[in-house]
Amino acid sequence: MPHFAIVAVSILFDGLAYAMFLFITSVGLSITMGLMGFVNLAHGAFAMAGGYLVVTLTRTLGVGFVPSLVIAALVVGAVSVVFERVLYRRLYKSTDLEQVLLTIGLAFMAIATATFLYGPIPKSVPLPDWLQGDVNLGFRYFPSYRAFLIVLGAALIAVLWYAFERTNIGAKIRAAVDNRRMAESVGINVDRLFTLTFAVGSGLAALGGGLAIQLLGLSPSFAVLYLVLFLIVVAVGGLGSLKGTLLAALVLGVFDTAGKYLLADAGGFFIYAVTVAVLLIKPAGFYGRE
Amino acid sequence: MAASNTTVQAAHEIARKRAAECLLERHRFGWAEALPWLLAVTAFFVFPDRMTFGSQVLVMVMFALSLDLILGYAGIVTLGHAAFFGVGAYTVGLAAARLQWTEPISGLFAAAIAAAIVGFITGWFLLRYRGLTLLMLTLATAIMLQETGNLRSDISGGYDGLPGLTFKPLLGVFDYDLYGHTYYLYALAVLAVVFFFVRRIVYSPFGQALTGIRENVLRMHAIGSPVHWRLVMVYTIAAAIAGVAGALFTQTNAYVTLTVFDFDNSAKVMVMLILGGTGRLYGAFVGATVYMVLEDYFSKLSPTFWQFGIGLVLVLAVLFAPRGLLGLLERAGQYFTEKKRS
Repeated sequence: MPHFAIVAVSILFDGLAYAMFLFITSVGLSITMGLMGFVNLAHGAFAMAGGYLVVTLTRTLGVGFVPSLVIAALVVGAVSVVFERVLYRRLYKSTDLEQVLLTIGLAFMAIATATFLYGPIPKSVPLPDWLQGDVNLGFRYFPSYRAFLIVLGAALIAVLWYAFERTNIGAKIRAAVDNRRMAESVGINVDRLFTLTFAVGSGLAALGGGLAIQLLGLSPSFAVLYLVLFLIVVAVGGLGSLKGTLLAALVLGVFDTAGKYLLADAGGFFIYAVTVAVLLIKPAGFYGRE
Repeated sequence: MAASNTTVQAAHEIARKRAAECLLERHRFGWAEALPWLLAVTAFFVFPDRMTFGSQVLVMVMFALSLDLILGYAGIVTLGHAAFFGVGAYTVGLAAARLQWTEPISGLFAAAIAAAIVGFITGWFLLRYRGLTLLMLTLATAIMLQETGNLRSDISGGYDGLPGLTFKPLLGVFDYDLYGHTYYLYALAVLAVVFFFVRRIVYSPFGQALTGIRENVLRMHAIGSPVHWRLVMVYTIAAAIAGVAGALFTQTNAYVTLTVFDFDNSAKVMVMLILGGTGRLYGAFVGATVYMVLEDYFSKLSPTFWQFGIGLVLVLAVLFAPRGLLGLLERAGQYFTEKKRS
């Protein structure tokens, strides 16, 4: 196989794995922002909380990696409901600025708490054997962890797509994103729907946080450092759109990986350039409502 | 009939006069307004050995003031205001390190012009957007500038920055001293000039139009106000002021690194302004000073504790004091005067 083809396939493979992480972590943010227009800058903190829970579960309590991911997602999802009921709901009708300030305040507190509990040094997790080595795809070896990410991401996309497009609750969510007042007047309880999507979204973020430990490393600054990426995915994809979030995650994931492969010095430049280009042409993102 | 008509007219006349008086009254200087300046001068004599820190406070006051213009008055929510601070800081830094242009005051003007140009270009593109899109675009602007600096680290010095810059004596006479006395007074003088400029803008018809845009943009469009141009204009002015603040930052510290473009820097200045109170000019003074003094004290004690504290303050501020410390003071004042009356 010629050299450039190998590079291209590597970029696609790594980009796809990265895109799956971006999708899993950002999709909840997109739906909740689409539903309530709530700017939640603490989303990264939920992801970080999931990551640290996985660290504690595997390192201290000796739970397996995959069960830990599931437990972390469930716990964070449940805890996020408390935050939503106690703090967030008071600001649904407030300005963007107040929402930004409240949630960034929460993010700061989360970072401080994580630093206090786990220290500033990045953490790692023990992986099961089947996630460690490489898989042979005939022409090249690929890290099996990334292959696992791609498979898991694809499975989650299928589940979410079904829930979103084929179930009663999914239909209600889509209706509420399209026109909240209309949905409320036909008797959909948007408030409760929001709590539910918020919990699921935060749980998925926690799952993403757990998956990120191996991929990106986990330190307390995770909550703000990667938040920017999640917000970019949401903005580029369009608020409240499953399809949009997926497309944005794929485009940004592959572009970012390509940029890092081909022009290592330019580093993070690509992802922002793509973001600006997309948003200047389509201010509401790929599938957002103008 | 005729009699009642004249009474109505007279009543109108009085109402109009009162409204005009009220408008005139608003921008007249009050006695309380001398207070921050007196305090700043007092600080110079009381804490002569803390003047380097004092200059930092003044720089942040100016930075917060520039944000107040766009956030407090025009209602533009940005997460990338550090972009202009950084452009100003690097204009002076690069001029000194690469071109040997070390005259401080002309450096400020150069920084203001450079930041204004960047502000005008980005503002022209970005200010059509609102909400999350605008937040993301402003944020991306700052990060892209930072990445550009990193890409050309042969010029910018990258994350190691440009250390050990030296500047010519102020006005050719007053040299830089170890305790930062000269630079404190210099920063105070620049801040005073900038402040009176901003104060004039805010109470001008242009400033009123900005408040109108913040309160109800549709109505401003409807009465034919050139909304986009006004926003671009105030964004450019705020960028220039942030650039001057950045230039002062480089001059007082004698170094600059790419961290000036950090998201943290944009978030920090916003927190300061919110803490003090937006849309009231002096909020920047109170917020930046309180924040810097607390940070200086607590972050020495424990940076983790400090970060938790600032997060908690933000949450509490949003829930209980949406108009900042000055808003709280005002409310307390109202409470007591009402109590007296009843």
